[in-house]
Amino acid sequence: MNQISIRRALVAAALLGSVAVAPLALAQEFDANATIRIGSLYEPQNLDNTAGAGQGINEAFNGNVYEALFQLTDAGAVEPKLVDSYSASEDGLTYTFKLKPGVTFHSGDPLTAADVKYSIERVTAEASKSSRKKSLSTITGIETPDDSTVVITLSARSISLPYNLSYVWIVNDKATDITASEDGTGPYTLGEWRRGSALALNRNDKYWGSAPSNGEVIYTYFTDATALNNALLTNAVDVITSVQSPDSLAQFSGNPAYTVTEGASTTKELLAWNDRVAPFDNVKVRKALAKATDKAKLLNSIWGDYGTLIGSFVPPTDPWYVDLTGVDAYDVDAAKALLAEAGYPDGFEFTLDTPDYDPHPIVAQFLQAEYAKVGVKVNINIITANEWYEKIYKAHDFQATLQEHVNHRDIVFYGNPDFYWGYNNPEVVKLIADSEAAATVDEQAAQLTEANKLIAEDAASNWLYLYPQIVVSAANVTGYPVNGLNSQFFAYGIQKAK
Amino acid sequence: MLFVLLRLLPGDPANALLGVGATEAQIAAARTQVGSDQPLLTQFVSFVGNLARFDLGTSFVSKASVLGEIGNRLSVTVPLTILGFLLAIVIALPLGIIAAVKADRWYGAAISIVSQLGIAIPVFWLGILIVTIFAINLRLFPSGGFPLKGWTSFGEAAIALALPVLTVALVIAASLLRYVRSATQDVIGSDYIRTARALGSGFTEALVRHGVRNGAVPVISILGIELATTFLGAVVVEKVFALPGLGSMLLLAIQQRDYPNVQGVLFISTLLVLLIGFAADLLQRFIDPRLRGRAGAP
Repeated sequence: MNQISIRRALVAAALLGSVAVAPLALAQEFDANATIRIGSLYEPQNLDNTAGAGQGINEAFNGNVYEALFQLTDAGAVEPKLVDSYSASEDGLTYTFKLKPGVTFHSGDPLTAADVKYSIERVTAEASKSSRKKSLSTITGIETPDDSTVVITLSARSISLPYNLSYVWIVNDKATDITASEDGTGPYTLGEWRRGSALALNRNDKYWGSAPSNGEVIYTYFTDATALNNALLTNAVDVITSVQSPDSLAQFSGNPAYTVTEGASTTKELLAWNDRVAPFDNVKVRKALAKATDKAKLLNSIWGDYGTLIGSFVPPTDPWYVDLTGVDAYDVDAAKALLAEAGYPDGFEFTLDTPDYDPHPIVAQFLQAEYAKVGVKVNINIITANEWYEKIYKAHDFQATLQEHVNHRDIVFYGNPDFYWGYNNPEVVKLIADSEAAATVDEQAAQLTEANKLIAEDAASNWLYLYPQIVVSAANVTGYPVNGLNSQFFAYGIQKAK
Repeated sequence: MLFVLLRLLPGDPANALLGVGATEAQIAAARTQVGSDQPLLTQFVSFVGNLARFDLGTSFVSKASVLGEIGNRLSVTVPLTILGFLLAIVIALPLGIIAAVKADRWYGAAISIVSQLGIAIPVFWLGILIVTIFAINLRLFPSGGFPLKGWTSFGEAAIALALPVLTVALVIAASLLRYVRSATQDVIGSDYIRTARALGSGFTEALVRHGVRNGAVPVISILGIELATTFLGAVVVEKVFALPGLGSMLLLAIQQRDYPNVQGVLFISTLLVLLIGFAADLLQRFIDPRLRGRAGAP
């Protein structure tokens, strides 16, 4: 494989970055020592992302306290962070990374190759609860020929290696107790932390990169969405990372004191049928019900003007997105005809296992009403999240279910016939497996785009809509991320007007 | 008993820890780590052993010491409960007596009606109402949260507790008021007040010298129960005001099947409730000499 030189790209990115930020800085004087208060519903349970800390720790720490070899930017691009340059061997099985010089941890120790090896092994370790563990399982060896070089060998080609490494925090190998303290390389250090309440990040004045646009960041945690909105209304917080209740938006939209931004989300609301069992093993039945779903009406009734319609499992921020909303567009007559063709002219009856939390019960009722129009009777069975996990995810004992899938780049689930929804198309399985072994990202994207089209044609599931990702802030605060990919919330660019 | 009941709950803590996407091997590893693969009896013996040493263990989820975390949470819940409670007494005692003594006047009746209404209102609704009025509209107090440095930033912490304390106080005051009123009514109709008045005391003097002391005995036992209930019921107020208290810790721990945290909170709460009951008993004996001899009487 060709050598990949990324220095030039880096310089270009840096230039672009400064151009983009400059007008903001000119437009309004900002307070370089401001305290930014971020309101969130996702409190980390501990401070270690390999120890079941939850999505909150990514929100607070990714890119802020800890950095990785690569960074998944808010726009969805994978860019080098602690890596200066890297290359891959011809067969794609050996990657050589050169680390950025002059990087130090908050404790003062310099970043070395040994830290990188330690950090990757922390994620792949037996006891690790990292969600990325499986995607790094192709790593067979990590060598550190010198302090600034890391050589990773793989058992199979893995075009997503840089992307997967963006989830791996680089932690000082001498750090102890990182469930309650930290030693990262990021622009902030951990300040006070009060469980159940708030977590403060202080500006790291010895940061190797450019300094943050603020002096301190306080993540304040809420368990109640109304209490969180009240905090913004009373200026107790400056920005809310993700608004989860559509009703509360009315308080902020149209009010000049607040800015409401809709970014791109990766959270998909899904009607997953069990493709192994009748009648959903019949592609005509699946397509018929997909056509019988007025998704625009559903999305509007739940989120008003927010959110996006999708024709498959792939959100627009994934590189293999194509607009497939037209594949099984809403058409009741066509749905009836397809059902008759499939041998169900009088419809049928099925049980929809519905998780007991929002928005699933409302979605289930909507589908019940929609499918009655084509003669299909839906029996709603409300279950808890734990039952869902046991009955559906593990035992595959269901006809159809509702679920939200939050991950970025998760079309790969359709390449696994043992996944809970039991979709098995050998062509898709092969495309998805081959895409990981692709020689270039373009090749990978082409293969996954093809797989994406196939799952849409097969109506492998009924992809109802993409949740909106809504950030609301006080009007004097700017520069925050709006997409929140992988739950990240980079705080270093946030500016508060003087 | 707590221990067995908790383990009877459906769902394995290991599953709750890992969430969707975990492999069987990961689940097995997590089970070993949290000890849920051990026989129930083994788990119980180690639990009791640790309890005797006041070691409540470490949380499955946060890996932090349970006792340390409970201490942190108590620094919010205890002041919230006690201040709310004292304020409730300050409100309920005079109003309850007035409602009893002046039951035939319009304001006596009005107090009774309002207290009845107060009992009917759900706590969270009252909390939201108070936030809307005092935080969002009048901007007098913060709508919720607790300062990061806790009581080290004393002023901020006190202000943060103002509205929660008011909410707790109004809820207790409403029910307390009815007890005070009926206790006072009993006292007014009693022989000793009539006798005191016959001996030349004014009504108010008789009520204060003899009535309050007699009326206090039943009210104190109610107070003990009310305080314990408030302590456990603070969870709703904590949620509305986003306070890092004991109740919110318990709620989260239950959702996460974090047994050490659940057990720890329940153990400490039970201990506190028993202590409150004991203190109420002592206080009653102090006020009423007749109760003192009872324990030793044949």
